[in-house]
This record gives sequence, structure tokens and C-alpha cells, in this order.
Amino acid sequence: MSGVLEKQELKIVGTRPVRPDGADKVTGKAVYGGDYHLPGMLWGAVLRSPHAHAKIISIDTRKAAALSGVKAVATHSDFRESDDSDEINAGETMIDIDAAAQMCLAKDKVFYDGQPVAAVAATSAEIAAAALDLIDVQYEVLPHVIEIEDAMREDAPVLHDDMFTQGMPETPKTASNVSMRLEKITGDADAALDDADVVVTRRYTTQMVHQGYIEPQSCVASVSADGQAQIWCSSQGAFMVRSVAAAITGMNLSDLRVVPLEIGGGFGGKTTIYLEPVALVLSRKSGRPVKLALSRDEVFRSTGPGPGTIMELSLGATKDGILTAAVMDLKYQVGAFAGSGCGAGVMHALGCYRIENTRVTGCDVVSNMPSTNAYRAPSAPQAEFAVECAMDEIAEQLGMDPIELREKNGVKPGDPSFSGAPLGQVAFMETLAAAKSHPHYSAPLGPNQGRGIAAGWWVNHGGESTVMVSINEDGSAVVATGNPDIGGSRASMAMMAAEVLQIPMQKVRPIVADTASIGYSMLTGGSRTTFATGRAVCEASAEVVEILKSRAAMMWGVEPDQVEWHDGEARCTAPGSDEAPLGIKQIASQTAKTGGPINAEIVVNPHDALPTYGVHICDVELDRETGHVSVVRYTAVQDVGRAIHPSYVEGQAQGGAVQGIGWALNEAYVFDANGRMDNSGFLDYRMPVASDLPMIDTLLVEVPHPTHPFGVKGVGEVPIVPPLAAVTNAVSHAAGMRFFDLPLTPDRVYAAINSQS
Amino acid sequence: MSTVHIHTTVNGDPVDFLSEPHTSLLNVLRDKLDLTGSKEGCGSGDCGACSVMLDGELVCSCLVLAPEAEGRRIETIEGMAQEGQLHPLQQKFLDLGALQCGFCTPGFLVAAKALLERNPDPTEEETRYWLAGNLCRCTGYDKIIRAVMDTAAEMRQERVSA
Repeated sequence: MSGVLEKQELKIVGTRPVRPDGADKVTGKAVYGGDYHLPGMLWGAVLRSPHAHAKIISIDTRKAAALSGVKAVATHSDFRESDDSDEINAGETMIDIDAAAQMCLAKDKVFYDGQPVAAVAATSAEIAAAALDLIDVQYEVLPHVIEIEDAMREDAPVLHDDMFTQGMPETPKTASNVSMRLEKITGDADAALDDADVVVTRRYTTQMVHQGYIEPQSCVASVSADGQAQIWCSSQGAFMVRSVAAAITGMNLSDLRVVPLEIGGGFGGKTTIYLEPVALVLSRKSGRPVKLALSRDEVFRSTGPGPGTIMELSLGATKDGILTAAVMDLKYQVGAFAGSGCGAGVMHALGCYRIENTRVTGCDVVSNMPSTNAYRAPSAPQAEFAVECAMDEIAEQLGMDPIELREKNGVKPGDPSFSGAPLGQVAFMETLAAAKSHPHYSAPLGPNQGRGIAAGWWVNHGGESTVMVSINEDGSAVVATGNPDIGGSRASMAMMAAEVLQIPMQKVRPIVADTASIGYSMLTGGSRTTFATGRAVCEASAEVVEILKSRAAMMWGVEPDQVEWHDGEARCTAPGSDEAPLGIKQIASQTAKTGGPINAEIVVNPHDALPTYGVHICDVELDRETGHVSVVRYTAVQDVGRAIHPSYVEGQAQGGAVQGIGWALNEAYVFDANGRMDNSGFLDYRMPVASDLPMIDTLLVEVPHPTHPFGVKGVGEVPIVPPLAAVTNAVSHAAGMRFFDLPLTPDRVYAAINSQS
Repeated sequence: MSTVHIHTTVNGDPVDFLSEPHTSLLNVLRDKLDLTGSKEGCGSGDCGACSVMLDGELVCSCLVLAPEAEGRRIETIEGMAQEGQLHPLQQKFLDLGALQCGFCTPGFLVAAKALLERNPDPTEEETRYWLAGNLCRCTGYDKIIRAVMDTAAEMRQERVSA
């Protein structure tokens, strides 16, 4: 297929049909990770470290194993001895197998409160829990460290004695908590700062936050006597689960089949695993299926949140509002292991703008908290928060409209990207223009209200996908992909296939296949699925159309190029032909006579995903008596390429905006003096609820991707980038003073506005 | 541990089960009665994914002990569609795309139905506060609130279904 179809030619793409998996999800029938049961299944439970940092001296499981009803006990020694260099590509992050194994069951040290130490499987959840109490673990408690700057001190407790900072001109000889450093330089930033007419120099901080998916991780594993095994679980990628679980337990990939169940939210948090290898070991040892499920407390304490940051920024501009210089230093608090850190932060920080002279440095700092993992546009919201707040100050100092300042400096097609290659059909300018002319932007504000705007971008990914499109004998179709459907991708896949096949969407059944039923697909993440897997769906559907045409040609005795495909039927264009059109059903029912089943498998690995941009407008109202901030109006404007199903694209923008609002106003990990998480529940880790929010207006800017059959660009991640600064800028304007540290909780805001007066 | 014999009505049918005294109603629904539409998101009454009706009152079933259900009427998401016909709220959630991952959806639907039974004409603010006990991390609530208010209008016959 070549060229993007014009919008007026489309019958299905761009409409809002009911999603194919919808009925089961509104009736309670859909089977999520925790809903799966097998006959004879055992219940697993995990013993966790009560210490933030300790050596494991010994683990005595004999009493637990002897408890009636206990069928298996597991520790790290049941895993395969891993090669330290093992890494698995999980899209936006690499999974280090040795570290992943220690997050499933600790090896010789524990690095955070809640790290798994041992596990049991028993005939009931109660017996499993009782058995945990009988496991005797002797620890030598070590000093712990949480905060970035504490962890960087020379006398800080060092977590890993083999961690020598990577990315230095010369690798240091002493171990430290800085796992890596990065630097990206263009021009001469220091000289340009000296020459700038206005310079804003600030220090910004953000806290560690959780993805907050409502479904805790859960899985069932069953190992047969011959070593073959199956896992049923929810994740962002069954192939990722298979790779990591097999690597940790020493299995052949062909012996492990992973069946994807419905996933109850991921946001990057389910791009790695914490339970499946443990369940496999317990099942192998007991000979029975084993279920393991996390509680909410365990989700907070032992799965990977997004990192906290300390960011220093000097941003300089001419008096005309042309950005000339930026010097930025980013420190990411990545948790116990080298996790989701500064790489994407360094890449994204200044990426909305053309700035000639820049120096961006970043480092990843480990400390005694859960090891971070991808969280929606991982690492970009923090870095762009700093830049967008500084942009607001520059605009204020210049007396310039903040959107106009961004229009003067924003990237356009052909400008150099981070890698130096010219940017493709990006639509930041169109997005800024749409925000500027949105009625929200010029609406009057009430007393104690402030308006903030911020922009943001995300690079978006392509990646490997396999798709199979099969035509059934009644002319209906099955579209099989290897990508879990987190937020409506079955709908977009079915719509794209139906559009190409020119049959009703209701005749297309999209399925998410297990790892033994379809070829490899990279996980659902990086905003890649509708783009990359969707492209494979289009190509496979187009190939099926060609097969249908050739079969019709065979049935008519004409050449395939004398057949056209319109409205789901073949039409004969041979000169003088008066053949009646052949419908897809007529062709499909005759396959035994025309060459066998009609299907097509397509693999893709596109590298031409385009970045997308968002501009958010936020109005807040500040209660000066309490410091409480309410978001009273919010508009998310976003470049989306083309929306396949606009409702679900709007939903991405709305959901991302609200996660960002939570990040800005409420959410943060809190630790006590012993390094234990103090707020490991939804009551205290306060995510936004319906009564905290107004409607989230969306405006989709459609500038199609020029080489995607339907013009798709990734849309899922960018909406979490602008809100941190949009909210903060709004609060700053409402309060008449600047804020630099998230979250903007009432106590912090109250203290700040009162210290000012 | 001794078990207790509990007699209830679940979605209109008489249902007996044996339960340990400390087991939650949610665990009985999910693990003993195979009614896995009610979800556990937190186990502490903070997320609302396990919302069910108990004698016509909206409760978090994770906070109810199973023996407390003795002699009482339980309604779950599995009973919301009648004879294969979706409830108007269920249909509206589908029509407006008011779910993404769908995990919180059963709880929202049960809670929203309880709202409309008490207040057929809720304001946006009333709807937001009634549903403040249900967490959704995907949608930002916008389409959920619209779906509930739209359904209410439709059920009041103020609006014709699209």
C-alpha cells in the first residue's frame, strides 16, 4: 500500500463504532489476570523484606515446607544462574535479567522494603500466608539511602559494589550509586547564555510516582512433568513475559507458552514481570498449577514506579524571544537497580524547540526504593516539566504570549531531530495554532484563578509486529495480533482491516493471540501498536485483497489485473465481461477449488514512527486559606496523525492529562525513617478521583503520517507530558509566585504563599 | 478453621455457600461462586472495583465479611444485563467509549446504576461525587461522567438514544 488515503475516501476509519471486546467488559465476563483459575490450582504467597537495605545471612524454609498443605517453597537459588550480560529488549527499556530475577526473589541482598525473599505454594491462600510466617530469614541490616543527593554523597551506603558509573570518559575505580552519566552538547551553551538578553535559572524537583493501574499483577503458571509450561497472565506483552520468565528459570522459549489475559491498565508498568518466574518454579516443584497475585500494598512496594528527579536548568533567549541557549542537568532517582532513567529525559528535554547552543547532562542514581520502570513517556514528563516552566518565565519576562514564544522556537518538519536526522511530518506548529485559537485560551478567569499552558512531545516507537489476517468460509475475517489490548486496540485493528477489506467492521474479529499462535511481536508500549501493528494489519489485509482478486480471476477465467475490489466484492473489468460481481463470501466458500484457505501473515519492523506533540491549557483555582488547588478547566490539544477511533484517541489524551494532573498536584512516594514506604495504598497515595476534576476537553489535530496507510502517529504517551508544567504554570499565575517542586500539595502551596506575604 | 453456612440471594437466585468467618464477600464471589466480574483493585475500600449492591445499598464487597451476607440480597455486575439485554448504562459506556482497559468498569456500572436509582437527574457535580469512590486510571473520568449523565437523560426520556 502506498500513500495515505484521503479522509473522504474512508468509510470506517475515523468513525466511533462499539469496540469488539466491549460487551464482555461491561458485563463482567472479560477475564483479567486475577480472574483465571485452573483445577487443582495452588495459591502462592511471597515473603518480602521488611528492610530497605540488608544482607541476607540465611533463609530457613524447613518449617514452612513442613506445614500441612504447603506443596512447594522457592528462593532465588531455584532460578537459573544468570549471565550478568543478559538483557532483553522491552521496547522503551531494556530488561536486565539478573536484576529482574532479584526483583522476583532476592539473591544475597535486599535493596528495598518489599523486595521478595521467598515464596510458597499451598492448597489455600490462608495456608500459604501462614507458611510465610514460618520462614526464618536472618538479615544483617545495612544503612539505607533514599534521596538522590544523599545517595550521591561520598559517604553514602553503596547499594551495588559492582556499580561503576558508565558513560564517563574514564570508568571510575570505585563503586558508587551513580549507574550512568550522559551528555549531549550542541554549540557553546555557556557563551550563548552570557550573551542572552534574558536567562532563567532554576532548580526543579519531582517525586517518584506510580503508574497506578487498577489491576494488580496476577498470574497462573502450570509446568507439566515433561518440562513444558504455560502462563496465563495480564501484561503489556506476552512475548516479553515469555522471554523474561524463560531466561530467569532457564527454559527454552518453545517450552513456554504465554496466554495473554485482559490487562487492567499498564502505562508502562507491565512491561516487565515480578511474579511469573516464581509461579513457574513453584509449579515445577509442586507439579500443580500455581496462582500468584499481588496486593495493592505489594504493587506499590515492589513493582517499578516512575523516577523522581532533581533538575537544574538555565534557559536563555534574545529580547525578541528567540531561544539561544540551554544548560540542563538531570538527576533521575531510578530505585534499587539501574532502571528507567535519564536517557529519554536527555533526549526529550529540549526537543520541542530549536536551540542552537545546548548542554544537557543526565545521571541515574540508585537508592533503596523499588526499581523504576517505564511510566507513560518514561522520563520525558519530568525533563519537559522543567523546560516548560522556564519557558513560562521567559515569556513573562519578555511580556510575550507563552504560545507565541513557543511558535517562535518550535520545531518544524526538516529541523534536526535529537539524532541529527531531519524531522519528518511533525505538527507542533499546527498544534500550537490550534491551542491559541481554542476558545479556552481567551476565556476570562475568575478570582484566585490562573491559567497555565505547556507543550510536550514524545518520540514514539515502531518495532516488530506479526499479524495474521484470515478469511473465514462465510466471508468474515479474523485479525490476529500479538499485542495486548490496553485501551481499544482491538477496535482500531478491526477498523483498519475492515477499511482495507471494504467489509463491515462487525465482520472482522480481532484477537490477541498467545505466544504459540502467532509470530513474535514487541510489547504494547511506546505508543507503537496502532502505528506498527496497525501497519501490519493494513498490509496483511491488502495482501488478502490481492488473493481474493486472484481467486475471483480464477473463477472467471480472467487475469488478476482484470479484477477490481470494491465494497467487499470482486468486479470483473475484462473487456466485454458481463460477469456479476463476486462477493467475499462467494469467493471464500470456494477456496477448496481455487487454491486453499485465504490468509496472509505479515511481519513489520518500522523505524519511521513520527513524534507527536501536545499543548495543554489548564485553569486552576487556588484556595488561599488552605493551599488547595482545583483544576477548573482543562483542554488537551494534540497532534495525532489521524485518529482511527476518535473516542479512544480522546480517551488517551484525557487519561494522560489526568495522570499528569495527579503527578503535579498529589502523587508521591513517601518513606519513613527506616526507608519503608509510608503510603502504599490508594487512600494515602492519592490519585485523582472524579470529584477532583472538570471535564477534560480535547482537540485532535490531524496531520497524517505520510507513509502510514491511514496516517497514524502514536498518541498514547504524549498527553502525560504537558500537564506537569501546565498545572504548575497555572498555579504560579494564580498565586502570583513561582513553584518548582512537585507535587503541589496543599501544605506546600499554603506554606509558600504565606511565606511570601 | 470452622466454616459458616451462608444463605443469600445473588442476582435473584438463591445461593448457599460455606465460608470461613474472616473471608470477604469479594473473595467468596470471585473464588467460590465464580463471579469474577467484581474486581479487587485494593482490598481496602479505596478503589470501588469490587462494588456490589447488598440489600439495595452500594458497598465495597472487599469490606464486607461473607457471613454478613446471611439472608441478604446481593447484586453484582453479572446481574446487570437482563436476559441478554444490556442495561442502558452498559450500552452507553460502549457507545461513548467510557472504558479503556475495562477493569474498573464493573464497579463504575454498579455504582452508577445505584446513583440513577436514587437520583434520576443528577448534576455533573453530584455524579462526580457519587463516583468519587471508584478509581479509574485510564479515562480521566470525562467519558464516564458523560455516559452516566447521558444515560440518566435517556432514562428520563429527555433524549432519544442515538
